[in-house]
Parts: sequence; structure tokens; C-alpha cells
Amino acid sequence: MTGQLTETRVIVTKGGKHTRLAQARTSKRKRWVSVGMATGAWVSSMLLFIPIAYMVLKSFQTEQVAANATPQLFFVPTLEHYVEAFESGIWPYAINSFVVVIVSTFVVIALALPAAWALSVRAIQNPQDSLFFFISTKMMPIAAGIIPVYVIASQLGLLNSVTILIIMHLGMNLPLGIWMLRSFMQEIPHEILEAAAVDGASSWRVGWSIVLPLMRPGIASTALLCAVFSWNEYFYAANLTTTNSTLPLFMQKFLSFGELYTAQVAAVAVVVSIPVVIAGWIAQKSLVRGLLFGAVK
Amino acid sequence: MSQTALASTDEVTEVVAIDPTAPPPMSRAEKWRRRGPLLPALVFTLLLTQIPFLMTIIFSFSRWRLLTDGEAQFNWGANYVNVVTDGTFWRSVINTVVMTGGTTIACLLIGLLMAIFLNHAFPGRGFARTLAITPFFVMPVAATLFWKSAMFDPSFGLFGFIARSLGLPQVAWLSEYPMAALIILLTWRFVPFALLILIAGLQSAPQDQLEAAQVDGANVFLRFRHVTLPHLRPFIELAALLLAMNLIQTFGEIALLTAGGPAYATTNITYYIYLTAFQSFDFGFASALGVVSLILTIALILPMLRLLSGIFKTEGRA
Repeated sequence: MTGQLTETRVIVTKGGKHTRLAQARTSKRKRWVSVGMATGAWVSSMLLFIPIAYMVLKSFQTEQVAANATPQLFFVPTLEHYVEAFESGIWPYAINSFVVVIVSTFVVIALALPAAWALSVRAIQNPQDSLFFFISTKMMPIAAGIIPVYVIASQLGLLNSVTILIIMHLGMNLPLGIWMLRSFMQEIPHEILEAAAVDGASSWRVGWSIVLPLMRPGIASTALLCAVFSWNEYFYAANLTTTNSTLPLFMQKFLSFGELYTAQVAAVAVVVSIPVVIAGWIAQKSLVRGLLFGAVK
Repeated sequence: MSQTALASTDEVTEVVAIDPTAPPPMSRAEKWRRRGPLLPALVFTLLLTQIPFLMTIIFSFSRWRLLTDGEAQFNWGANYVNVVTDGTFWRSVINTVVMTGGTTIACLLIGLLMAIFLNHAFPGRGFARTLAITPFFVMPVAATLFWKSAMFDPSFGLFGFIARSLGLPQVAWLSEYPMAALIILLTWRFVPFALLILIAGLQSAPQDQLEAAQVDGANVFLRFRHVTLPHLRPFIELAALLLAMNLIQTFGEIALLTAGGPAYATTNITYYIYLTAFQSFDFGFASALGVVSLILTIALILPMLRLLSGIFKTEGRA
């Protein structure tokens, strides 16, 4: 659209048969460029997706077919590995995962919303200092603090519990939540809030009946990103829990069999990834906004 | 750092002094009322990050091997001498830099190229982009285990099959090129992350300037070099910062793909701390490792933080 517009403009300014010929040549070249771009996009996207497609494919193969050195594209599909996946004790881990994700995400939002309010709408002095503090905690190597956490948790009897995972996931996601929610809050036009204040609404009222409804998409994408990180988190699960843990640790058990059963691993991998993959597909647009942390505008 | 912070405070005071619509100075009570909503999050984060950190410093000055010593004993910083003279530690530092740097650069290059491709309109663009970003959402532990058996394995893996079909020698990635294998896996996982940020950057490129440049006869390359790239710079920097912050902490991929081996070839700082703490149970030495790695991380990331404060400033001006 814009390209056509520009072309006309060039013709108007310069005119003449010569320019028009040159234009025809460029537009032909342009078509080749856009065909090349589309091909590049498809090829690179497919390359990134092939391991996932291959994983789904293998999950429907029998172990014998999957162990074939030549990838088998045509085979009689079987659901046995999915049946096994659900019968191999996945449920306690799945329930723990859901509990950790839901509770930690909910508390992150509950703590981050008021904090974001204090850092944007009715701002404290020098909000940058607090924002820097929060983001700086994300830069500490997580391993540097794990020993005291392990010692404290064992003193309190929290090792191998869902509680300690919830607490650590809170610490992991809270800075992200505050940064994202603050950036969404700053997008709310000040005039609306001022008008409400002039009409005599208390700041509690402004927050509850004006800011909160406007924040819904922001809250949704923040919560989603926190939930994705929490669902996939492995370091704390591996170091603070053993038997009573989340899905990544259930997955890890397949390594300790000594030999990996490819098709079985593939089926379980598909099962544990599906909730997050679907959520990611649905929310990809608002996730971009979230990933940017609102830092660049 | 402190200089920039100082400069920005100065600016604010100046603005307050000149701007007649600026709010009057706050009373003490008002300041606390405003701080109130922030406090729960602040106190929680302080407790959760600073207490373990202080305890790590204390532990790092003690001889505390769980299996042999029982009680911790003050040992006059011997752990730090051990860390600095430990060849494996320095190896893990180099591995961390190679792994983080290599993957970040690869993600930015591939991500930028793909973002340029995907920024052009073509049929099925949304679908292609959805395919491309999917690796970022697949559970890392699950993806790593699958890659281990179905991609990297020399005889049963997809890479081995492709190599055979092309008449190339089969490569036992995990024993011959373990670091390359890790970087490939991490790049696959994090390209979508870079891609999402860079696409957002490209989509917000200034169309009027691009058109003006075209009218002035600038070719595609010149337009990219002088209009798009400067606009994209903060996005590239932000992507680099977020990627580095994530990748420096890599643990699961190492633990499951190579277990840090062979012979510490893929042990990064995080994994080395894990090995000393939870395999050798040498809590004192592991804590000293943690403190030294924190200092190194700060040294590495401070320049990046300065960059972030630059982003802050532009946001403030807007």
C-alpha cells in the first residue's frame, strides 16, 4: 500500500518514460524480494518447529518404531504411551504444579498491583530506586542464594513441600510482575484519574472501579507470563524437593531409568507442555507487550 | 551508575523548581501513605533475597562440609583462596561466558533475520510466527530430554540421520562437542524470545522516515542501516540484557543434557555451585563460589544496567 503511494509520488515529481521503466524494474525486483522474504520466514519457522513436530510424531510410535535409526513418517499410531503417561503416577505432580502455579501467580498479582500503583499512579518519590532494586534481584545468580534457602527450609521443615516452591516462585516472579503491571498502569491516561478525583472519588475508589477494569488485559498477560515461568521452573524444584514436587521433576525421573525411552519421553513431554503451549499461542500478541517489560516505548 | 542516578535526580529538582504546576512538597504522613501499597512487595522481596544473601556471605567464611565436619567453623576466608586458585572454577567462568555470550549472539542474529522475514506481509504469516515461537513455551526439562535422545544421539537422533543422508560423518554431539550441543539447544529455545521483542521493534519503526528515505532514493540496505537499525537499537539491547540475564542462570539443560561433562566441559558457575553444594555437600566452599560469582556477574552486568538506565531516561522524557 505505502509502496504504491511512494511510487506514484516519484513519478509525479520526476515524470518521463525513463523513470517509469525503472519503476517497473524495481517493482519486479520487489516482488522477488517479498517472495524471498516469505520463503525465508517459512523455512526458518519450520526449522524451529521441526523438533516439536518430531516430538509429537514420536509420541504416537511404538518404542520399536521410535528406535529405528531412520525416522519413520508412516506407521500405525498407538496411544499406549499416553495411557502410560497418565498411569505412571503423574497426577500428584500435576496437582502440585497446578497448586504452585495458581497460588504463586495469584499472590504475585495481589502484591504487585498495589506496588505498581505506588510506583506509577500515586507515585512515591524516586520510584526508579525501587524499580532498580526489584530488577536487580533478578540479576543475582539464583545458585548464590540456594544454600541458605535450603538450610532455612530444612529448619522450618519445608523441604520437599509445595509451600517452599510457592515462596521461591513468588520471589522469582514478583519483580517481573511489578515491572509489567507498572508499565500497563502508566498507559492509563492521567485525565481519567484526575477527573474522578475531582468528582470526589477516594483513591481506593479510583483504584477499584477505574484502574482495575482498565488493567484487565495487563493483569491477564502478566499473570500468564508468571504462570509460564512457574510451570516450567526446574532449579528450585530440583534442589528443594524430591518426591513431593512438580511436573519438571516428574519428567526428570525418565533420565534415571538409565536409558531413555524416546517415545515414552515424547508422550509425557507433549502432555506436560500442552497447557503452556496453548496459552502461549493464544496470548502471543499481549506477551510481546509483556516481554518488553514496558521498558521501551 | 551513581552518576547517572545523580544526574536524573538533579533534573527532577530543576523541573520542580521551574514547573509551576508541580505538586507541593509532600508531608511526612502523605509520603508514608504513598509508600504503603509498595511495602508488602518490598518487604517480601527484601526478606527473600537479602537474608539468604547475607547468610551466604557468613557461610562463605566457614569450613562446613556436611558429610565430614558436622558443625560450621570459621576459617578466615580459606574458601576464597580455594575458589580463586581452583582451576575448575575458572573453567566454569569461561564456560559461562562462552555459553551465555554464544547463545545471546546467535539468538540476536537469527532472531533479527527472522524478524525481518516475518515483518513482511505474506499469506499465513500469523501461522508461521506461531510455529516459530512455540519452542519457548515447551517445558525446558521435557524438551531437553527429547533432544538428548531423539536429536543429538549419533545413531538414533535426527542430526545423525541427516548427517548420514548427506554422506557426512556422524557426530556424537554430547561427547565430542558438548558445548556446541548446549548452545544449539539453548539457541533453539531462546530465538523465539529474541524474535518476539525484535518483531515488536520492527513494527514500531517510523514509517514516515522510511518513506522519506525511499523518496530520497535510499535503497533497502541504506534504509535499514540508517533508519531501522537506530530505531531498533534499544530493542536489541533490551533483548540482549534479558537473554543474558536468563542464560547466565542456565541449569536444567546442563543437568539433563550433559551433567556438566564430559570433564567439566559444560559446567557453568550455577552448575558448579550446585555440584559443590549438593553433590559434595561442601557448603562453605559453595557459598564462597556464590559470592565470587555474584561479584563477577555484577561486573559483567553493570555495563548492561547502565544501558537499562538509558532506557529509563528515554521513557522519562517521552
